[in-house]
Amino acid sequence: MSAFFVKRVISLILSLIAASVVIFLVLEVVPGDPAAFMLGINADPQAVEALRDQLGLNAPLVERYFTWVFGLMRGEFGTSYTYRVPVAELIADRLWVSLPLAIYALVLSTLIAFPVGIIAAARRNSLADVTVMGATQFGIAVPNFWFAMLLVLVFSISLRWFSAGGFPGWDAGAYEAMRALTLPAVALALPQASILARVMRSSLLDTLGEDYVRTARAKGLTRSQALWRHAVRNALIPVLTILGLQFSFLLAGAIIIENVFFLPGLGRLVFQGITQRDLIVVKSVVMLLVFAVILVTFLVDIAYAVADPRLRRQHA
Amino acid sequence: MTLLSVKKLGLTISGTPILRDVDLDVDAGEIVGLIGESGSGKSMTALAVMHLTPVGAEKTGSVRLDGKELVGLHDRQMCFFRGTEIGMIFQEPMTALNPVMTIGDQVAETVRVHKRVGRTEAMVVARDALGRVELPEDRFPLSLYPHELSGGQRQRVGIAMAIALRPRLLIADEPTTALDVTTQAQILDLLKRLVDEDGMGLLLITHDLAVVAGLADRIAIMRYGEVVEAGETGEVFREMRHPYTRALFEASRHQPVRLAPEVRPDAVPVLDVRGVVRDYPVARRRLFAPRRFFRAVDGVSFVIHKGENVGLVGESGCGKSTLSRAILALEAIQGGHIHVEGEPVGTGASFAARRKMQIVFQDPYGSFNPRQRVGKLICEPFHLLGAEAPTGADRDRRIAEALDNVGLRSSDALKYIHEFSGGQRQRIAIARALIIHPALIVLDEAVSALDVSIRAQILDLLADLSDRMMLSYLFISHDLTVVRSITDRVLVMKAGRIVEEGETEALFRNPQHPYTRQLIAAAPHLDRALAARDIMGGNNG
Amino acid sequence: MSDAPVVLERRDNLWRAALGSRSLVIGLAITLVFVVAALVSLAWTPYDVTKLAIAIKLRPPSPEHWFGTDIFGRDILAMIMVGARTSIAVAVIAVGIGIVLGVPLGLAAATLRGTLGDEVIMRGNDLIFAFPALLIAILITAVFGPGAVNAIIAIGIFNIPVFARLARGAALSLWTREFVMSARVAGKGRARISIEHILPNITNLLIVQGTIQFSLGILAEAALSYVGLGAQPPIPSWGRMLSEAQTMISIAPHTAIIPGLAIVLTVLGLNLMGDGLRDLFDPRLRRSRL
Repeated sequence: MSAFFVKRVISLILSLIAASVVIFLVLEVVPGDPAAFMLGINADPQAVEALRDQLGLNAPLVERYFTWVFGLMRGEFGTSYTYRVPVAELIADRLWVSLPLAIYALVLSTLIAFPVGIIAAARRNSLADVTVMGATQFGIAVPNFWFAMLLVLVFSISLRWFSAGGFPGWDAGAYEAMRALTLPAVALALPQASILARVMRSSLLDTLGEDYVRTARAKGLTRSQALWRHAVRNALIPVLTILGLQFSFLLAGAIIIENVFFLPGLGRLVFQGITQRDLIVVKSVVMLLVFAVILVTFLVDIAYAVADPRLRRQHA
Repeated sequence: MTLLSVKKLGLTISGTPILRDVDLDVDAGEIVGLIGESGSGKSMTALAVMHLTPVGAEKTGSVRLDGKELVGLHDRQMCFFRGTEIGMIFQEPMTALNPVMTIGDQVAETVRVHKRVGRTEAMVVARDALGRVELPEDRFPLSLYPHELSGGQRQRVGIAMAIALRPRLLIADEPTTALDVTTQAQILDLLKRLVDEDGMGLLLITHDLAVVAGLADRIAIMRYGEVVEAGETGEVFREMRHPYTRALFEASRHQPVRLAPEVRPDAVPVLDVRGVVRDYPVARRRLFAPRRFFRAVDGVSFVIHKGENVGLVGESGCGKSTLSRAILALEAIQGGHIHVEGEPVGTGASFAARRKMQIVFQDPYGSFNPRQRVGKLICEPFHLLGAEAPTGADRDRRIAEALDNVGLRSSDALKYIHEFSGGQRQRIAIARALIIHPALIVLDEAVSALDVSIRAQILDLLADLSDRMMLSYLFISHDLTVVRSITDRVLVMKAGRIVEEGETEALFRNPQHPYTRQLIAAAPHLDRALAARDIMGGNNG
Repeated sequence: MSDAPVVLERRDNLWRAALGSRSLVIGLAITLVFVVAALVSLAWTPYDVTKLAIAIKLRPPSPEHWFGTDIFGRDILAMIMVGARTSIAVAVIAVGIGIVLGVPLGLAAATLRGTLGDEVIMRGNDLIFAFPALLIAILITAVFGPGAVNAIIAIGIFNIPVFARLARGAALSLWTREFVMSARVAGKGRARISIEHILPNITNLLIVQGTIQFSLGILAEAALSYVGLGAQPPIPSWGRMLSEAQTMISIAPHTAIIPGLAIVLTVLGLNLMGDGLRDLFDPRLRRSRL
């Protein structure tokens, strides 16, 4: 494991450094004077100077970058200019909405996609395959926020099964909280499940054409034994990559879906940050989301090595 | 009662007839060779016996195993026979094993799907089966994965899976085609031993007459989905009742007619290779481990004179392809030097040496850009001539001349490559090499992918061109029979070094180096096999 | 190997196969409807989309207004036509950015295989991949403010690594092919081989990926406009039509359903077209060993 693992960790760290530099440059250097930018054109020069002081903008660029990064490592994101509270606190509250939502959606999409993809591949060209694959074509084409609006129209306004939006908080009990997240999670999961099911199907069709499946059949395995014991496991390897990519789409999608359902998550926070020109908040949330994406990519790489002995032994 | 009795077997796939009235018998303890060129239906016959034909296949006729009719059985019923009564091994050992399962689990699986036994018990049987295919426990624990084994070892695992439950019939579909000659000989020996020990019937499918001539008790020859001739091996080779049998036989031992080149050792040689070294960096095992190198070519020296055909033989990984790339200036060398007609070869910008040599590759399907017309394709080497490259009518004349030289029409220049067969494509590849009138052509396994009948034609063409144009060839191949038929001199390469060099006939008759002897002994040889059967004298080597 | 000539990819056969592919024909037809609608809107729309008519707001579909009117009384059919223009323009330019910058980068990385240059290009791509299009849009908008141009840049940047990776992967496998070796034996340089031999053999892949990215671009533009980071008023766009309809969804569902359907149909059409093209270009049927 060692060399492979060390290499992955180094590339994880390099990616994080590169991403933080990009974010820092875009938000702190491109606007010219961030303090003046945040206060707007008509700001009082004294107020701008005070904010510059407060944000530490008078320090050299490199020093500012390192102050920010070392702060991040200690969990200190700075103080929000508009909320006047530590950004870490703002984020922590909202993470408890956004993260469960993304995971809920990921689990839903996997639970739908795997069986659908496997059945479609195993019964290729059957009525079930054609129907399900036709449905996934629609699933991919539907924008998740529009699907969310339709869900609200049907399940909240007409049937009144779920509330149309808002979040009671985890204090109201896990059941109520999950209930509030269900429609958003379904809206997020459906398009992703469609993509995942199609990838699962085509990956499985590829492995079903492999020689080792024929070898297994020659040993006397039935169709379904050969499918489950040999084809599915090998088909999962490329599916893992897509699963990892989907996490970043789910995070980004969650930002939008939160707007449909008025959920107090990171998405709402970042849009408020943009409208109020609160660069500190925007910078922190974007960095956090990018961190999540890079971390998931790293975990997928590690999962690859566990799933595929060729990688495991080579780098051992 | 015959073990396997195939009667009037017919097969269509989506309406296209694949097999017609195939009759075939295999007795217990008997090896039956099923021979044919690509597309003859030999593999499809085996798959039809196993019920593993592709979707849309329709069978007629009868396949009986020990009197039990298999045609018409439901797939579930057939699963009982596969693995217990009939085992099968396939051509490609590299892809025939599941890469994410240990070899122990894969062999044990044969046991577990048929017998109600636990994992431990199945593993005992798997261990025993692997032992029988000569993969002993100390060097080949059950926990290995396929990628940790060589091709020959993987094929042994494939055999172990097929024979774990001691089936009555083993079907081997080109089991050694993807392997080196010495490995091939070992696998064939192993199969023969298993047949003798277990009293199994073996249906051995191959394109290589020499393999079955040495091994099979009876043979059947297929063409266009039909068995054209079948019988006891000696009888078939003695009588050759069907013209196709004779044609196949002639093509397999085809000897192109060549004039002996007049070599003048004092003249500047066409190719002069001196002390060439080629090192590859090896991937670091640990992060800060020092960079290490693998020496693929290790101090190789030889010369080729004008009009001379020199063979370079060796098994996969011996460095022969690396050497050819170095000669063609596609890779830098780390030591020694290479001259072509006195001009130094380097990866630099000078084309002085490079315009004197060309190459023909193995794969007639991958050798051409599918988006260009043949005329443009074969002109590509003109790039080496720079400003001197012919243009306009002159260029068209050169294209027509090159196509004419390889037996194609000048109108073929306007076609795309997909309009040609494999043999024709190889002719076009030769035309591309000829068009700048090189002194040397490197033939890198140039006939290895061709069926024997096409191969014979291409060999004739090459011999004719060499005579007419005083061309020199560096003929790289793993196939000793072909090298022997067309070359004047042979170099034997092993682990990056030339271990033996000599006049072709002398070297084959009286090899000096132990490795050369081993190679020659391992290579299937039709005349030798037939001589051993007392069918004909011939020039046994 | 079969010695029979393989007749494939002849131009006339290609056209016949294209017309025989159901998904390609349907996808092309749907896509053409929206492209024509967008083009017609340049010259003519049933009603003026810049005129507000509060008196007739939120009317359901009727003979005068086929798709009804929106919250400001504008004709939804006219809005859809002009919105198609925005969506298609944004997506096409964004895909163009991805191809023009991504493909040369990918081809260069393939020729530099294993060197530092390759490493730098591919790690740069990985870095962009860590920023979903929406995050790039957020970063750009936070500094420059929202707008259609910024949406194009955000989606375009996101497309670069997609095409770079595709081009590199396909090029790497072509570089090992013997016809490329022949070109090298003929003394041709790497850049020349990339243009002469590699590029023509990956155009099919690029076209297929281009249609897919086109449809993803339409979805991304809609999402960005929906959250206010895309095209700004008064430029009509499907995403903003949806965000304006959201509060009125229980009273006038058609204001939300129709723009959504427009997005779904366009994306569906493009995806069907992409699938059809892929089957057409890659006619080898997967064999199942089962």
